[in-house]
Amino acid sequence: MTATSLTSTQGAGRAGDKVFSGAALAAGCLILAVLFGVALFLVVQAIPALTAPAAEIQGGAGFFAYIWPIVIGTLIAAVIALVIATPIAIGVALFISHFAPRGLAAGLGYVVDLLAAIPSVVYGAWGATFLAREISPAYNWLADNMGWLPIFQGPASATGKTILTAGIVLSVMVLPIITSLSREIFLQTPKLHEEAALALGATRWEMIKMSVLPFARPGIISAVMLGLGRALGETMAVALVLSSGALTASLIQSGNQTIAAEIALNFPEASGLKVSTLIAAGLVLFVITLAVNMLARWIITRHKEFSGAN
Amino acid sequence: MTSTLTPVRSKRSQLTKGQLPKYAPYAVLGAALIVGAAVMALIGFNAFGWGIVSALLFAVGLVSWSAAAEGSRKAKDRLATCLVVGSFLIALLPLISVIWTVLVNGIPGLLNPGFLGNSMNGVTGVYDNRAVEEGGPVLGGVYHALLGTVQITLLATVISVPVGLLTAIYLVEYGNDGRLARAITFFVDVMTGIPSIVAGLFAAAFFFAVVGPGTKTGAVAAVALSVLMIPVVVRSSEEMLKIVPNELREAAYALGVRKWRTIIKVVIPTAISGIASGVTLAIARVIGETAPILVTAGFATSINSNVFSGWMASLPTFIYTQILNPTSPANPGPSAERAWGAALVLIILVMILNLAARLIARIFAPKTGR
Repeated sequence: MTATSLTSTQGAGRAGDKVFSGAALAAGCLILAVLFGVALFLVVQAIPALTAPAAEIQGGAGFFAYIWPIVIGTLIAAVIALVIATPIAIGVALFISHFAPRGLAAGLGYVVDLLAAIPSVVYGAWGATFLAREISPAYNWLADNMGWLPIFQGPASATGKTILTAGIVLSVMVLPIITSLSREIFLQTPKLHEEAALALGATRWEMIKMSVLPFARPGIISAVMLGLGRALGETMAVALVLSSGALTASLIQSGNQTIAAEIALNFPEASGLKVSTLIAAGLVLFVITLAVNMLARWIITRHKEFSGAN
Repeated sequence: MTSTLTPVRSKRSQLTKGQLPKYAPYAVLGAALIVGAAVMALIGFNAFGWGIVSALLFAVGLVSWSAAAEGSRKAKDRLATCLVVGSFLIALLPLISVIWTVLVNGIPGLLNPGFLGNSMNGVTGVYDNRAVEEGGPVLGGVYHALLGTVQITLLATVISVPVGLLTAIYLVEYGNDGRLARAITFFVDVMTGIPSIVAGLFAAAFFFAVVGPGTKTGAVAAVALSVLMIPVVVRSSEEMLKIVPNELREAAYALGVRKWRTIIKVVIPTAISGIASGVTLAIARVIGETAPILVTAGFATSINSNVFSGWMASLPTFIYTQILNPTSPANPGPSAERAWGAALVLIILVMILNLAARLIARIFAPKTGR
């Protein structure tokens, strides 16, 4: 009697359990469905652009001819951003984790997080109105003195609204991402490794070179890749800063365009096949960032057991 | 007297032999500042250049002095310290510059009469030209954009928080690290990296296919923002649920409490401070998103309080359109003033949300025994 009453309690409790676990499961599955839906709807809406006659696509030479210059432009902007941001971000992360006085470190970390809190459109506005104006003399100097390099070929843009300016603004935006991830990993370096290095008479820099950096290397790589994902998909900084144009090798002339900025500038007024073309461009961007992010995640999980970074 | 002092002095100098004195960095800094000022005086003074030249002189001076007195290992250490501190100072430059630019340009815009209470409805280039040429007031404001931002973000929060929180509960309480749970974790990570504009395109493509081509409303923008917000909510809630001690759950089970009531009455209240602050940070993150709103809600100049129909303005798209397409192309000044005013409002909103997240984490933190 007691046994049956224990096992067959009817009522709200058991139903509640079922409903609740079902809801939790449904929410989890919804996320998978949304991601699947992102891919599916982008593909469905993009198909007209991929199958349309070449002459009807913008530029009149088919989708591939339309997309590859802006893919290259996206990569150029992202690479500029990473080349500038990576060394500075690692330096800042080291400063906060190993150089700053212990009491200040948390506060300084918050200051860097402030960089991440500023909305991208504000960075774009800052880049377009302040940075572009201030930096154009430097471009003139580059064009005069380094003009023999194809990437600094003159004449420099008079407004400073070039892909290099856009890349600099992007580097400011990816800096806090790389910094905060690297900082976490630097702080996870086993204390014993550091103390052993110091006990052997290493200077602080030698300690960092011997114990911190080897430990953090996979973490830094994945932080940089996540920063790359952000830089590839960032829209507003480029849309506001860059005066876009055809693909050019020179970084200090106006020209070049990125996928995200191309979509943002044209989508609001687009209709018909143009919408489809832009969605197909978005699909290309999605695939590129997905590949970069998955690679970054894979590096993290591969080294999880060693570094504890996740 | 001297005989007792001399051995002490010689012992100290033995220990610190081959080291720069403590005051060395300050001395080099002072010298670098003076020489830097002299150099800048020759080629035309400006504060930024002075800072750069002095910093370079400081690094070169300190490292070469150290190399001469202390040897190459110590010199390398000093060089690394200079580079690390220097990179931090470089990282501060854009932050200070952005905040300074927003404050200087934004405060006049914000102080325009009716800036927070008026929309841009009926404000045309004619008024802007008049404001510039005759010194009249800059008309128009951000009320419509503020309203749109608040509504879109609120709707996005209403969508994302239940989904995100329930997913986190599934992952922590029900998933058992099974195949589905691992797949969800992986794809949540992948979702974190979706470019915001792609999220916007997805929402647009979804509503184009379901409702009809050209559907652009606040609700579409809210869906786009949810795609960006859900992974953030899941990640932060998951972390918070994971650190709830297992003993609490086991104590509840031992009392015969059902699992769902344990979760609602024990686990979530314990983790609520972290969850709430994570949600607030997620809101702060999406409130500044521009691109997804641009492609899903368009931009409006008049007040539209219905998220389910018609184009809607928001603060980020307001800033974007005012800068890129000034109301009066001949005189972009008033538009820029409005844009910077809106940027200031937006930054203040984001900062308030960030502060609120910290306060929430502190206020709702579970009471610990004393």
